[in-house]
Amino acid sequence: MGSKRKKPVGSLIVMGIISIALYAALLMKQDIINAHVGKGGLYAILPIITAFLFSYVHGSFTGNFWTVLGIEAAKKKKEVK
Amino acid sequence: MHDVMSQVSNFINLDAANIIYLFLVGFVGGLVSGFIGSGGAFVLTPAMMSMGVPGLVAVASNMCHKFPKALIGALKRAKYGQVDVKLGVVLGISAEAGVLYGAHIQEDIKRAFGDAGSNLYVSVAFVVILAVVGTFVLRDALKSYKSGNLHEEEKVTKLARWVQSINIPGTMVYFKALNARVSVLFTIPLGFATGMLAATIAVGGFIGVPSMIYVLGAPSLMASASELVIAFVMGLGGSFKYAMHGLVDIRLAMIILAGSLFGIQLGAIGTTYVKPFMIKLVMGVIMVTVLFSRGLMVPVYMSQLNLIQTLNEGTIKVLKNTSFAIMILALALGAFIVLSAMWQGCRAERALAARETVEHSEI
Repeated sequence: MGSKRKKPVGSLIVMGIISIALYAALLMKQDIINAHVGKGGLYAILPIITAFLFSYVHGSFTGNFWTVLGIEAAKKKKEVK
Repeated sequence: MHDVMSQVSNFINLDAANIIYLFLVGFVGGLVSGFIGSGGAFVLTPAMMSMGVPGLVAVASNMCHKFPKALIGALKRAKYGQVDVKLGVVLGISAEAGVLYGAHIQEDIKRAFGDAGSNLYVSVAFVVILAVVGTFVLRDALKSYKSGNLHEEEKVTKLARWVQSINIPGTMVYFKALNARVSVLFTIPLGFATGMLAATIAVGGFIGVPSMIYVLGAPSLMASASELVIAFVMGLGGSFKYAMHGLVDIRLAMIILAGSLFGIQLGAIGTTYVKPFMIKLVMGVIMVTVLFSRGLMVPVYMSQLNLIQTLNEGTIKVLKNTSFAIMILALALGAFIVLSAMWQGCRAERALAARETVEHSEI
């Protein structure tokens, strides 16, 4: 399970900080955000962009999180035929 | 639905307890989704509604967390060679049509029979589909387990062999997961049914994954991974549709996403440690347990529609709470099986690595 490769600690920290900043902004500015997202119509693009942005940043962070903890895919069957 | 301002005011106030609750349910839902390709939504929507979120906002926000989650899960499982993007996209597009049609039917039922009618329709769909498909999947998983036939190669069913043998010129597409050409005239209705189920009970994967395994002949691991592509395609279209009506509460969606991205990564990793029948086992156990949860609600809605004797408030409350508790239990049970299977797989791999090291040092 543990990896001999260098663990992505730097990337984990950077993505973690950006992720926390995004969530802090989301919760601190929730009134403005809700007012815009709730408008509907072409504003529909806003929640979609937000979802992609959060998934990229937080997805990288969570992926690195498990890798740094040493929880990785089984080596013997990486390819499923 | 068009009354945007009233929906904005329906965006609830979030406190720390709600945030932690959504994060945790998101994590467990993500863990199960990463493993079987779907699941979690059937708990998340009622969980949000129990916090005072209006039904449509709960459905919309759940969908808006589903597509980014499915994207990350699909990317992760693609690294393990488990995703057939073409199969996922082909099924996903027809599923999108199924979602629109399913939502339309829902609206018609709601107009004709009100909320109780709509709820009864959803519960009956849950019970009938989960009883038939869930029992079949669970029996198949238990049969594999009892027979000791737990090898990598899964047998393609007779039905799938027949589907793969039919050649309809001009409609044939090669799919990597099946290692065969199949007519899209078979995939379109399957995708459509997946979408209709997603619009009705929020979990299309309960049709999507079994149909890929038993009707098309995909291995369990590839079916559950490709379901994530379907969920992405369906979720993206659905979220946009709901967002155009201003129904997405992006705070709820992103908080659930915060937990579910931890879960989905772990669930995806888990698939590399387990034997394929485990996918069917987890899916079957969840489906059969949820069946009981929804079954309990059928008399409540029937009584509201005066189809049976009116139930008193106390009985309705007990049935509702028990139903919700069983639903949480279904998800927890699924997560427990995933984590314990993963733990056993990890231990087996470590033991193997240790043995190899000893053998090397002896040489």
